[in-house]
Amino acid sequence: MTTVNINSISKDDLPWIIEYDSEKCMLCGHCVAACSFGAIKVDVQKRKKVRAISNEEGFQIDEDQKAIPVIRQVIDAHNFCRGCGICTKVCPNGAIKVTRNRTEIFGTRFRAKTSESVKRGGRSNLHTEGRTLDKIKVGRISQMTDPSLDALRHTFDLRTNLGRVVSADNLDFEIVNGELQEKPNEDLPVNTSIYPIMFSDMSIGALSPRMWEAIAIATAYLNEVKHIPIRMATGEGGIPDKLLRSKYLKYMILQIASGHFGWNRIINSMPYMQENPAGILIKIGQGAKPGDGGLLMAEKNVKLIQEIRGVPKADLLSPPNHQGLYSIEESVQKMFLSMNCAFRFKVPVAIKVAASSTSVSVYNNLLRDPYNIVGGFFIDGLQGGTGAAHEISLNHTGHPIVSKLRDCYLAAVHQGKQGQIPIFAGGGIGMNGNLAADTFKMICLGASGVFIGKLILQIAGCVGNDFGKCNGCNTGKCPVGITTQNPKLMQRLDVDRVAENIVNYICATDIELKKLLAPVGNSTLPIGRSDALVCVDKNVAERLNIQYVC
Amino acid sequence: MCRIGSIKSKRYIHPSLALKLMRSQQKGHDNSGFAFIMQDLGGIFENYKDLPILSMAVTDEGMKYAEDLLHQTGFVRVFQYNPEVYPDSSLKIETMPNYVFEVFQYPKNYKNASREEKENLLLDTRLKLRSYLEKNEEGFVYSFWEDVISLKEIGNPNDIGKYFNLWSEEVNLKAKIITAQCRQNTNYDIVRYAAHPFFLQGYTTLTNGENTFYEKNKLMQQKLHRGYIGFESDSQCFLYTLHYVHKILKWPLKYYKHVLTPLSFDEMEKRDNKNVLERIKASLSNLEINGPNTTIGVLPDGTMFNVIDSKKLRPTVVCKDDDIVVMTSEVCGANEILPDRDITKDIYTNERELVVVDNDLNIQRISQ
Repeated sequence: MTTVNINSISKDDLPWIIEYDSEKCMLCGHCVAACSFGAIKVDVQKRKKVRAISNEEGFQIDEDQKAIPVIRQVIDAHNFCRGCGICTKVCPNGAIKVTRNRTEIFGTRFRAKTSESVKRGGRSNLHTEGRTLDKIKVGRISQMTDPSLDALRHTFDLRTNLGRVVSADNLDFEIVNGELQEKPNEDLPVNTSIYPIMFSDMSIGALSPRMWEAIAIATAYLNEVKHIPIRMATGEGGIPDKLLRSKYLKYMILQIASGHFGWNRIINSMPYMQENPAGILIKIGQGAKPGDGGLLMAEKNVKLIQEIRGVPKADLLSPPNHQGLYSIEESVQKMFLSMNCAFRFKVPVAIKVAASSTSVSVYNNLLRDPYNIVGGFFIDGLQGGTGAAHEISLNHTGHPIVSKLRDCYLAAVHQGKQGQIPIFAGGGIGMNGNLAADTFKMICLGASGVFIGKLILQIAGCVGNDFGKCNGCNTGKCPVGITTQNPKLMQRLDVDRVAENIVNYICATDIELKKLLAPVGNSTLPIGRSDALVCVDKNVAERLNIQYVC
Repeated sequence: MCRIGSIKSKRYIHPSLALKLMRSQQKGHDNSGFAFIMQDLGGIFENYKDLPILSMAVTDEGMKYAEDLLHQTGFVRVFQYNPEVYPDSSLKIETMPNYVFEVFQYPKNYKNASREEKENLLLDTRLKLRSYLEKNEEGFVYSFWEDVISLKEIGNPNDIGKYFNLWSEEVNLKAKIITAQCRQNTNYDIVRYAAHPFFLQGYTTLTNGENTFYEKNKLMQQKLHRGYIGFESDSQCFLYTLHYVHKILKWPLKYYKHVLTPLSFDEMEKRDNKNVLERIKASLSNLEINGPNTTIGVLPDGTMFNVIDSKKLRPTVVCKDDDIVVMTSEVCGANEILPDRDITKDIYTNERELVVVDNDLNIQRISQ
């Protein structure tokens, strides 16, 4: 008789249950080889059949014993099945599949056994409320009062500002022969025009170099070939020297976060830069884990990452705060000014914060910045993704992005300064796959643009979802080579194919954006044009100050 | 939909000409109203060129308040004209008790005041008067400016003409510039203030179209100048943008076009002055218009112009003979009053140009 150990983790505690059919299995071993989490193993199953066969002499015992090779689920607090489904993908006979265990007890068991906090990647997996953006429709369609435009035949100008915009009365032009001219020594803040969708800041480290490279290739291709001026934020941790010194740097927004990782290399490369970067993004916080710093587990901190970041092999924990910044004013003085100076005031310097109840105060203060050096305000909502975070942060901290964006925009309107510090909103944008719709709605609510992260990974082949599937980005064992530094797993990612998919997706989104602009009769971005929207939820409509419809 | 028209003439003309201009275009509007502004006045106002004229439609109570306010402010009335009206129950018109055009002398303490101080006084007085009349529903004040009269009425334009006897070419009302529009603003409430032409400190605009960036325009303009009020019509935004660009920022008129319908980024990139254009586009993106529009405007110096949207979705034709230039929505209107002109010289304003008529009736087409 086997002892029942009720305090151990058992199979039915695990978040995903593997269902295996040995009758269909041809013992090829592909599933075990492909499982990056070590969540299944080859084992032997003992089978014994005892039969009583009656004969003239009475009966005879026939005992049939077999040892059958089978696939077994590993029962372990760390090497457990994440439900990525790679085993199912590689099985030629459909002999194995994974099913979500609805008991949701694993977190409890894990904490009780390990005294560790549950960590993972991905987005919040709690679905406590419906998605706000899906309750909003583009409802002001041009019918009779004015004609809709033609998405295919009319021209559209899908660009937005990055950089501080000064009010017209501060432009201080002079009139020469009836023409406005900039005064020769006038130092107006730098302002650039870019595509309203931005690839969000995901570092080399969080991403595999191949994945990061694929996004960089897609960015360059979209700019150079497709003439879509999209920008890519690098994430904390620096970028390769070769890119820093290439002409493609102009499409990259370099990030400085609280760990300052990678900046030694960036600074050393500055004398050799052919182009200025597209911007600098000072990361204060992120929506997936507000109030928490970056986290790169030692497993992912491989030699290449150590070189780029200038760090030893260790867990890399960026502090929650930028050391030395104690107020908004101080951040303007110190970080904005020093970053502006470093690039001779030729590069927009923006700030990224996690959406919070305090975001409006921060934005109001930045809008009053007397030096005109705050070039963008990035707000990241709680549906944002991350490479590694404590699950408690992912599921229970943060602020939804939609009302926060609206509040910030209307705060700017109240000051008469809308558009002067462009707002970029992120955190769950495109999470249902409809990037164009989400982008358009956010723009109408006041965003100058949006940024996307997790969606790009899904385009690249990420198998995770927001219902507990995979989310193993933190483990370094990403089964599709996206968030891993393991050379073998990385090989699963086809760089060119991923870049191509990203390009295709953005081109399709570009068409879809026009299909939304055309019916409302706009050929330029309707930033703040909330009258184009209606809402089927009365509370949301009231909160966002848009029309309620039913 | 509105139909708009403007006439600029070397000699003084009568509003009946504007009525004729608009009557033939009535298929394009709904006969729900008629409004006009006359500038550079002749007739009975010819001798008061340097004095402000108050144009309003009020109740008796409103009239009394207006007179008290102006008196308290120090204005002295030098001339009053109450147009004779011809009521008839068959006329489709919603009348007000009193229609008043009063000429005032500036207060004595403004004898040595600068032009700007006087302009501010006129604006502030009108705003105060409007605020009171609006609050108590005692009437409407349309303009208070030198050498300008205006009238806005609800009803059938033909009938409005009959009621005010505007069809007969009697000598009282004449001007060298008349802008007129048919139709009330039926997108929103029927309010007299919602009817074009709109007027502010010497600037006049009238628009046919739909301003799909109304919300953006309005939110921005409300913070720019105390005179940018009302917004009963989305077309008022065109006036305020003109006033802001030309009077407040003091930019040449051609930049009005760059603000309303900026060039695309790709196009700007090819221009020598791309830095300036990009700055304008960024700083004034909230004043951009989108949607089908054509706007006719008049500047304080009498310059008349036309701009249209960047997709050429709303037409305007500019027609001319030796003495008169007409800008209007449909060519049939121009045919009515300039039948003998050389039609080969008609101009249909393009989406990337500004058509400007100076006081000698020279027409300039300025490419954006």
